[in-house]
Amino acid sequence: MTYTKTAKALHWLMAILIFGLLALGFYMHDLPLSPQKLQLYSWHKWAGVTAFLLVLFRLVWRATHTPPALPAGMPKLMQFAAHAGHVLLYALMLAIPLSGWLMSSAKGFQTVYFGVLPIPDLLAKNKELGDLLQTVHMSLNLLFAIVIAGHIGAALKHHFIDKDDILTRMLPRH
Amino acid sequence: MKRFALTLTLLAALPFAAQAAEFNQVQADKSSIAFVYKQMGVAVDGKFRKFSSQLSFDPAKPTAAKATFDVDLASVDTGAPEGDEEVAGKPWFNTKAFPTAQFVSGPVKALGGNRYEVAGKLTIKGKTQDVIVPATFTAQGNTGVFDGAFTIRRADFSIGEGAWAKFDIVANDVQIKFRITATSK
Repeated sequence: MTYTKTAKALHWLMAILIFGLLALGFYMHDLPLSPQKLQLYSWHKWAGVTAFLLVLFRLVWRATHTPPALPAGMPKLMQFAAHAGHVLLYALMLAIPLSGWLMSSAKGFQTVYFGVLPIPDLLAKNKELGDLLQTVHMSLNLLFAIVIAGHIGAALKHHFIDKDDILTRMLPRH
Repeated sequence: MKRFALTLTLLAALPFAAQAAEFNQVQADKSSIAFVYKQMGVAVDGKFRKFSSQLSFDPAKPTAAKATFDVDLASVDTGAPEGDEEVAGKPWFNTKAFPTAQFVSGPVKALGGNRYEVAGKLTIKGKTQDVIVPATFTAQGNTGVFDGAFTIRRADFSIGEGAWAKFDIVANDVQIKFRITATSK
């Protein structure tokens, strides 16, 4: 059993996008103000909106297409940990772009998708709330980085130690 | 009888004449000077926290109106502390060398209704440009409110030089919006 082509495409497309977003986010927030910084912020926001749209589509796909089952011999606790990890990944993929969008609104810099499509501001400009949401956005991303590290570590453990098909069944040509 | 009617008319006109006094006491706490600019297609607004002004406006003689505004450029509020710091710096306002922006009114045209058009000179960062400022005036008792907006091009005043000089990140057009509240004595 393997994942559908669409599920694989979504997984790897989002993996690339999320790595880019995380790296850009951690890099850009410390830069001194410059035209490049403003440009990077806009790109980060556009990529973030794209990731959010992709995860919505991915959730619909996941709900309508049963993923392959976990290996039969996997201990119950491990199975629970695998499911909990995936739920956490999806929750963060939803919560992180939402917190970024709300932070932008509260800070008074509306998100305009590709500089063309304005995304409505749910919150009015409010400095304290903006600073709080910045902390929320950053904390969620630190947690995300940790959970992703666990996700990759688990996949590698399945491949090299358990020697099962957990990793290979998500690879493009399998 | 005719004379009596005339007296009545004059008497009736008196309170009006008293009301049509000159509005010249600017209420700083009920006045604001704000701006809107576009950053990669995104409208971002800010304001100036401090400015001083002299104003005299008599609705009966609008063309005789006069106004001078001095805006403390270091009091800029861009919405982010790093933005305030940046904009006060050399490439933008260079507030150390040019601490204030000044508007001095010239001829005033009455456009009918409560609409007016003020021609004036705007000086920012040592550069003076002619500007046309449309404004409306609404009076309630002895309080009058001027509302208006006009657009300047930041490049005309060398605001945003060097790395910021191109308009792809920060647009050239900047809209200035104001609300000035003044009372008559």
